[in-house]
Amino acid sequence: MTDLLQLLIAGLATGAIYALAAIGFTLLWQTSQTINFAQGEFVMVPAFFALIAMKTLGLPLIVSLAVAVLASLLLLGVAFRYVVVGPLLQRGVLPLVISTIALGIILKESVKDFYSAEAQVFPTLLPDRNVTLLPGVTVSLAQIGVLVVALLAIGLLQWFLAGTRTGRQMQATAQNPTVARILGVPVERMILYTFLINAGLAAVASILISPIYLAKFSNGETLGLVAFAAAIVGGFNQVRGAIVGGLLIGVLDNLAAAYVSTAYRQAVPLVLLVLVILFRPQGLLGRREERAV
Amino acid sequence: MSTRAALLVGLALLAVLALVPADLTGLGVPWPGLKRYGTYILTLWLVTAIAAMGVNLIVGYAGQETLAQAAFVGIGAYLTAIAGKYGVPFGVSFAASGLLTFVIGIVLGFPALRVQKHYLAFVTLAFSVLCWLVFRNETALTGGVMGIRDIERPVVFGLKLRRAVDFYWFVLAITAAMTVVLWWIVRSPWGRAFAALRENPLRAESLGVDVRLYTLLAFALGSAYGGMAGSLYAPLVEFIDPSPFALGPSLLFMLMVVIGGSGTFLGPFVGAGIAVLLPEWLRAWETWYLLIYAVLVMVMMAVFPGGIVGLLSRFKLPSPVFGGGVGVLRRRRGHEQRD
Repeated sequence: MTDLLQLLIAGLATGAIYALAAIGFTLLWQTSQTINFAQGEFVMVPAFFALIAMKTLGLPLIVSLAVAVLASLLLLGVAFRYVVVGPLLQRGVLPLVISTIALGIILKESVKDFYSAEAQVFPTLLPDRNVTLLPGVTVSLAQIGVLVVALLAIGLLQWFLAGTRTGRQMQATAQNPTVARILGVPVERMILYTFLINAGLAAVASILISPIYLAKFSNGETLGLVAFAAAIVGGFNQVRGAIVGGLLIGVLDNLAAAYVSTAYRQAVPLVLLVLVILFRPQGLLGRREERAV
Repeated sequence: MSTRAALLVGLALLAVLALVPADLTGLGVPWPGLKRYGTYILTLWLVTAIAAMGVNLIVGYAGQETLAQAAFVGIGAYLTAIAGKYGVPFGVSFAASGLLTFVIGIVLGFPALRVQKHYLAFVTLAFSVLCWLVFRNETALTGGVMGIRDIERPVVFGLKLRRAVDFYWFVLAITAAMTVVLWWIVRSPWGRAFAALRENPLRAESLGVDVRLYTLLAFALGSAYGGMAGSLYAPLVEFIDPSPFALGPSLLFMLMVVIGGSGTFLGPFVGAGIAVLLPEWLRAWETWYLLIYAVLVMVMMAVFPGGIVGLLSRFKLPSPVFGGGVGVLRRRRGHEQRD
């Protein structure tokens, strides 16, 4: 029982990170029909921005993390929007899908060829101490910290989307760009904001997950799969869905690793994904979409 | 180009391909033929092209995305390799590979196509990783990471295809047959329905095309081409392990079809040629090869999403070889945009 509680908290911590990746993926899909098959690599890369700032430029940790977030916003946000997605939006969905697949390969191979093929130790700001919550239940402060930071980021985003004028304009853009444009919403700028938010969330996720799993060029494969699965399991047309999907997969992932088999741990989110598509295709929290001719 | 002309061009290509690895100096032609490795690469190209033809049917004709073609190739390869150890003749395992992957295609595609576009991509993504886990972990059956070695080459009409060139001719004959079958499918009313639903699924549906059924059959058939390609791959390489059937190679199948030109008949052959030959040419920069390839793909998508065959057909008269059955629709749409 106490084991279970510990696993649950660890699962929620990783799940919250998965949720960050899944939310960005969902937002991009909604506002610009961009299915980002490089999403996993987007979470893998910012850690290396920080490592470059720290090891090559010799900056202190906090500054390096800020540099990583900034570089992510510029490269994975603005540059991705205008260099990769921009020229392809009119070409239809397939070229965009192919292009993001290629982008994923480029990011992965670049890190491997230009930085290192080895897993890198990544420093953390969070204290590496264990605390006893209940008698027998020990969790590391780092896990609690990850959970708090991730939930804070999600909370901020939810407040921004629902509570501010810009946020509501973004939602309008996601629901119906044509009508939003008629009503005077600067649709182009809203789409750019979505890309920036996605890059920012990816950077936060990267900084949180790299101390746990080490920074490695191939991390994106697993992270990407989990992000897709979380978005679809939760219901891809809802930000809330991505959060629930992420947390659920994080918890199941940890429970499966402990109780089922480590060899098939990776299979858990995938089986869940297939089951959801079979029995509840709109996702756990999603609503059905209507089609326009 | 009429059907007869296309047939003649096809036969001429077939004859050239059949002669390429052979030593022609005895006939007075200064062509010494290919060495063993060259013939192997040529055979690998044909096997890859069969799987790519399947992807092209799914992507280029039915307008869906599949991210599991390498997994289907893997299923065919493992089935053939394992059955071969128990003395099952190649013909039986080849047919079984096609049938099994067709059935899996139906089972996977049915729920995914109920929802909306892109769900097939996610289901196949999940399936691809699950297959790879099974190939790697079920050591008793698949040999795990050690793989299965010493896979026997098939025996056809009592002739053992030990020599590289014999096996090449065998694969060439099968490729030709499978190409003709696909050619017939794409040009049949069935194939025209594919084109209709790719151009506008809702309009096709309102005209009485059962969109889901056709898309499902296209996916299952395309996957079966993958399975049969795998059945040829195992005896070609004579050794299989999980790595060529992982998610990465599945993604590369998508890229090669789009680079060659999706929805065109020759596209998969061109794309497979690039995918097989590029690593050979770029051998000196082995680590850079994927990076260079991916950059090329991205530039190509931005500048010319029609792929290489699409680019070539711009400079040529419209022909069914380049345009395939759906070329007409594509061109007409292009004109509308220009007007």
